[in-house]
Amino acid sequence: MGKTVAEKIFDAHHVDNPSGDIHVISLDAVFCHEITTPIAINDLVARGKDRVFDPSKIKAVIDHVSPAKDSKTAMQGKILRDWAARHKIKDFFDIGRNGVCHAIFPEQGFVRPGFTIIMGDSHTCTHGAFGAFAAGVGTTDLEVGILKGVCAFKKPQSMKVEIFGRMPDGVYAKDVILALIGKIGVDGATNRVMEFCGSVVDAMTMDQRMTLCNMAVEAGATSGICPPDMVTVEYLWPFIQDQFGTKEGALEEYSRFLPDGDAVYTDTITMDVSGLAPMATFGYRPDQVKPVSDMEGTPVDQVYIGSCTNGRLEDLEIAASILKGKKIAPYVRGIVSPATPGIYSKALETGIIKTFMDAGFCVTNPTCGACLGMSNGVLAQGEVCAATTNRNFNGRMGKGGMVHLVSPATAAASAIEGKICNSPLYRLPE
Amino acid sequence: MKNFNGDVLFLDRSDINTDEIIPAKYLTENSKEALRPYLLEDLSLDGFDPGRDISGKSVVLTRSNFGCGSSREHAPWAFEANGINMVIASGFARIFRQNMFNCGMMAVELPRDTVEIIFNKFNGQKTSITTDMEKMAFTFNVPTGEALEIPFSISQYDLSLVKAGGWVEYADKNY
Ligand code: SF4
Repeated sequence: MGKTVAEKIFDAHHVDNPSGDIHVISLDAVFCHEITTPIAINDLVARGKDRVFDPSKIKAVIDHVSPAKDSKTAMQGKILRDWAARHKIKDFFDIGRNGVCHAIFPEQGFVRPGFTIIMGDSHTCTHGAFGAFAAGVGTTDLEVGILKGVCAFKKPQSMKVEIFGRMPDGVYAKDVILALIGKIGVDGATNRVMEFCGSVVDAMTMDQRMTLCNMAVEAGATSGICPPDMVTVEYLWPFIQDQFGTKEGALEEYSRFLPDGDAVYTDTITMDVSGLAPMATFGYRPDQVKPVSDMEGTPVDQVYIGSCTNGRLEDLEIAASILKGKKIAPYVRGIVSPATPGIYSKALETGIIKTFMDAGFCVTNPTCGACLGMSNGVLAQGEVCAATTNRNFNGRMGKGGMVHLVSPATAAASAIEGKICNSPLYRLPE
Repeated sequence: MKNFNGDVLFLDRSDINTDEIIPAKYLTENSKEALRPYLLEDLSLDGFDPGRDISGKSVVLTRSNFGCGSSREHAPWAFEANGINMVIASGFARIFRQNMFNCGMMAVELPRDTVEIIFNKFNGQKTSITTDMEKMAFTFNVPTGEALEIPFSISQYDLSLVKAGGWVEYADKNY
């Protein structure tokens, strides 16, 4: 019987099968940030187990609240910082070099096809864009990952998501994943891996694939996975060229993790994007989605462009192309957070940052901040934000605030109008 | 092993997410006890008042996809700090469910129809539950004397986590 990508990765990392369909697998990387890791560290210390399985496989960043906003967040940073120093974790990213975890770790080349990765963060599924099995876990799983380099999962079943057709102008990976979640619901993929395929996915850049996989968890999926191909190899090439002589050689090695033709899926979803419009959420659940045109005219108080979903260079470029030479509405607060220092400095070089500033945007340092309502743009009661983030839960960006999830293009256009609206780039194919 | 008996808190809604269970602004706390006052603070559920309804409850009964959203283990901890060690639902988000067992707590899934029956029969009445781990059965009791026994199943592995008091001790011993 054929195997899915996830099944092949599991087979290659098998450690134990303690009972039934529970499988303990070895981990290639454990990612850490300052919100969920300090409490794991404190617990390990309290248990007399302050150890790490392999400091070279642990990567840590202070990203959620950076710079620290008060004594409590300062202490979370300190616990992580001291721990990284004590265990000689050299891939530790502190302020000045830090960025949103799911943007900076791939950018540093820490993710490879076939890898197994956990992190105390639900959007860890983002890294599946590289053909890895990457899953968010809680603090206890994180502790065990840090201590032993293993994690237990139910043998994952996969759902195949085939995306094809011609993407209309001004429609992006964000619109595709919002439409998909709208279709299958917030638990449409629970306990399953979403394996993406089809001509639209093949044509996507790594930035776009990361946007796609990032929101897999919003449909309940354990991980999103895009099978590795030449696009993956090209992205990783600076990090893998010493290991493989040629790109073809690298691709051949990674092809071990391609799904078999007769792999078994729980279900197959097909999606033709040819008629797809820009999408936005309207409620407190990410599956409450409708075309932006149905929400046109909804006034916004704030527009936020950033996060692990859409804070990458391509996202900033698209938004800037719409903002160029324009001003945002006078009563709207525009905030852009480039997701990493690398993205920030490229955006500086190419003039994108200037475009944002001229339009009236505030440019913040790379951080999660506003995305989870902790700093750098928290909403007041009754305020509305069009955001390129991934969660519109009640209170997510501030108690009593409403979040509409949109693409960077829709966000930029809405900032100019002061109301939710379609971007001028949107055109249905003739 | 933790206590899995006591009064039931009915949360009659699907898709209750971890931001509703414990809002992100409390994630800066580094102790479980500090989370106690904030459990379900942002839950949108008509007629629910966390200040009035949580106290004295030991078990939650709810609908599908419970615990979706963020991976924060603060969600089970906030329950634990309030003396709630078990959630019974017609479905769970994966991470929340795993976090519960990893902490030696229970997240038990029952068929949708069974949950419907329990809600119809008992929601609105003071209902208590006793859990028989040997027999793998719950008994729901209400003051009128009416009782209902419902069998449940959890895997051997989940059971061993509940018995070991969680995954850290289990894993450090076995791997
Ligand atoms: S940007 Fe938002 S969703 Fe992404 S890791 Fe940070 S807080 Fe989580």
